[in-house]
Amino acid sequence: MRYLPHTDQDIKEMLAKTGYNSLDDLFPTIPKSYRVKKEMCLPQPLTEWELNAHMAELSSKNASTSSHKVFIGAGSYPHHIPSIIPYLISRSEFMTAYTPYQPEISQGTLQGIYEFQTMITELLGTEVATASHYDCGTALSEALMIALRKKKKQNKVAISSLVHPHHRQIVKTYLEPAGYQMVELPSKPDGTTDLSPLDTMDDIAAVAVQSPNFFGCIENLGKVKEIATKKNIFFITSFTEVLAYGLLKNPGHFGVDIVAGEGQSLGIAQSFGGPGLGIMTSSKQYVRDLPGRLVGRTKDRRGEDGFVLTLSTREQHIKREKASSNICSNNGLNAMTAAMYMATLGKIGIRKIAQTNHDKAMFLKTKLEETGFKVPFATPFFNEFVVKAPDGFEAKRESVKKRGIVAGLAIEKYYPTLKNHYLFCATEVFSKDDIEMLARELK
Amino acid sequence: MEEHIANTCRGGVQKCHNAHQTATSGLIFKESFLWEKSREGRCAVSIPAQDVEESLLDPELTSDPPELPQLSEMDVVRHYTRLSQWNFGVDSGMYPLGSCTMKYNPKTNEVQAARPGFAGAHPLLDEDLCQGALEMIYNLEQYLAEITGMEAVTLQPAAGAHGELAGMLAIHAYHAKMGHQRSKIIIPDTAHGTNPASATLCGYESINIHSGEDGILTPEAVAAVMDEETAGIMITNPNTLGLFEENIKEIADIVHAKGGLVYGDGANMNAIMGIVKPGDLGIDVIHLNLHKTFSTPHGGGGPGSGPIAVVKALEPFLPVPRVQKKDDRYTLVYDKPDSMGRMLTFHGHFGIMVRAYSYILTMGAKGLTDVSKLAVLNANYIKECLREDLHLPYDRPCMHECVFTDKFQADNGVSTLDMAKRIMDYGFHPPTVYFPLVVHGAIMIEPTETESKETIDQFIGAFKSIVQEAKENPEILKSAPHLAKLSRLDEVSAARKPVLRG
Repeated sequence: MRYLPHTDQDIKEMLAKTGYNSLDDLFPTIPKSYRVKKEMCLPQPLTEWELNAHMAELSSKNASTSSHKVFIGAGSYPHHIPSIIPYLISRSEFMTAYTPYQPEISQGTLQGIYEFQTMITELLGTEVATASHYDCGTALSEALMIALRKKKKQNKVAISSLVHPHHRQIVKTYLEPAGYQMVELPSKPDGTTDLSPLDTMDDIAAVAVQSPNFFGCIENLGKVKEIATKKNIFFITSFTEVLAYGLLKNPGHFGVDIVAGEGQSLGIAQSFGGPGLGIMTSSKQYVRDLPGRLVGRTKDRRGEDGFVLTLSTREQHIKREKASSNICSNNGLNAMTAAMYMATLGKIGIRKIAQTNHDKAMFLKTKLEETGFKVPFATPFFNEFVVKAPDGFEAKRESVKKRGIVAGLAIEKYYPTLKNHYLFCATEVFSKDDIEMLARELK
Repeated sequence: MEEHIANTCRGGVQKCHNAHQTATSGLIFKESFLWEKSREGRCAVSIPAQDVEESLLDPELTSDPPELPQLSEMDVVRHYTRLSQWNFGVDSGMYPLGSCTMKYNPKTNEVQAARPGFAGAHPLLDEDLCQGALEMIYNLEQYLAEITGMEAVTLQPAAGAHGELAGMLAIHAYHAKMGHQRSKIIIPDTAHGTNPASATLCGYESINIHSGEDGILTPEAVAAVMDEETAGIMITNPNTLGLFEENIKEIADIVHAKGGLVYGDGANMNAIMGIVKPGDLGIDVIHLNLHKTFSTPHGGGGPGSGPIAVVKALEPFLPVPRVQKKDDRYTLVYDKPDSMGRMLTFHGHFGIMVRAYSYILTMGAKGLTDVSKLAVLNANYIKECLREDLHLPYDRPCMHECVFTDKFQADNGVSTLDMAKRIMDYGFHPPTVYFPLVVHGAIMIEPTETESKETIDQFIGAFKSIVQEAKENPEILKSAPHLAKLSRLDEVSAARKPVLRG
């Protein structure tokens, strides 16, 4: 087997040194009765070319951005990934390293993550960011837990019903066993969150709103801040499309306490939804409450600048049951990818690409309207929006699928009153022709 | 003194005479921050053509563009190439971090995960458009169930600790369903820190118990604290001392008799594939680290993947959606009323699963069994070869890792940390140090099966040489590393006055 270097001679010599007669004898502490009696039932091993054939076949059974035009966002966005990103991130010094607990020989990861922390806080207008979380849904859950731990007397949080439905499901999974509750804020006819129920809620630790929200609509975060300040509760925002902040006023502008976000759009492959990039960032005052790793700047004994993992006294390997979170492995390599992507786009590129996303989505909206779709919400959006489909669309959607087009995502299963409503997304990867073709096919 | 050593080693290859040293100093570049290289007007991305009309948002909603660095494509490439050269990876050299299983990460796995049909698949595709992805998930779940001897698997958890949380949530949901929620969980002192932290997230109080004198848990210690308010036990087997918990079945019986469940931390599964199945040992739920046992890269901290495998009684509580196979079609099933809910936004770390799936298909049953045998052989070999040089706190046959301490070196004022830093100069990544916490000055070595006898012999030679240096020239250890880009970093100042962004 090509991954196992031992020759028969090696094994013989090593067994002699250890005093065992055979490889099977190496487990004297495992009682015989526990030992597996027959070989595991797994497929016969494949050669590399057999594996290639099998994987090519499996992967060909999926629609992908190269075989289909998938006009869906909803938390996972098709964006152009510059060639240098996969090229650089594949450098094995990054990819095959462990968590940088030995900083003298891990400065590449450490400076890379420090730069990520710097650029992501610049993009979002916040002060500190962790070295990453799993994804937006888990980051949001932990952000809410911070609020609940800080506001000990409260055991409830208010969360917008326009936060990604899957994120709300994760929040519920996290909060309920710990004895916490979440209350959902309804939506208004304009496709944004109805904040008015907050007036009568006196026992909540935080309010969480996603912007742009699940419908794609840009929320009035200034208003949320106003209410949060008045009620002295945590103001938490989330987002699934980080490129929106190449254009929009960022969460920091609105004085947010904690931001939980999804960074998949920053050069990370969609990969059937994971791994993505959980972004966890806040104002400075909560730095000791944040879950997971932080990279900090320091000096070595010779006075040279360098980086280390820091403030680890919050973490599970030191604090154990009193840790701020149980997170250990994070999505560090994807944070590094995001840093590479931000450096590649730069100030000019991120603005242009963000603007192009908006332009393409507006063009798509116009074209769909011409085809008989209605746009129920007048609120401005970034690159995705909800439409009400004309009669007979469902059958048409099935037929265009055969022509390599996936026309939007039905959202009725998440919002039962929104029958026949679909969420559409367009990004810079769709050309004018693609969008016109979609409209033509749907006519 | 320090300066002299540094100069000698940095002076050139020919001046480093130590035969065990596989490393030398080389040409390493300085590299400034991205933003220091930035020049107004540069951009490293191809700007999309303006083929539709520009549509401006209300200026009330927008702001100036973020001040990201402005660089050319070559600037970015050189920046990250230089940074990468400051790192040590498994591909650079032996990385014997105990408990971390830093084995070789096969390159074909990367090729498979990058196929457009996998890397470019949207997670919310209609089921008829993602049959390949669902089939892969289904198959991998079956394989992991077979390897662990369990009934069902979910691949949704994002990492080991996330799997632990999922496992705890399954136990929590089980007790809720049984009509009586419990308040405590038993955790041995050898456990990973993630265990108590995960239990806390479910509202369980950790009851810490001590392992016996020989480093393994006794049934008596468990029986003494197990009661009907205790949800179960979290047990790592092989444990973090690298020892097999021989009494696991008796312990499981004690816990089960009081209505509790047994959580198995499967971080050390690499030692027992094809040797024992956790499902045969009385374990009810176990997590696996695909980024340890199943060869996916650690990525400098993640992403990993932490599936859990459960017995039949716990299957109803697994996260949704579940992948189901019916007449050669794969569907996602959400209707599981007792499910713990959702753990991650989509289907888990799919890209990592593809890599692990490729690995299992490449290895087969015999290959995976050989993996465990050779991992255990390598660890026992190191244990035997270094036992005269380093103090062995538990002198028992080890599994896939062995734990030493710095007791013999203490008289010379040399600590575990000093030896760890010094071994960098020999071209090896240090072992895990000061873990497990129950061993004072622990040095935990996990070579993994993918290291050859020659490399391991070099590593042993390096350690012996360091032990000699500790006697003759302890200063060279205390001031180590000498060949790394940086010398020891000031972690105290970093934490006292945190600078977390540029």
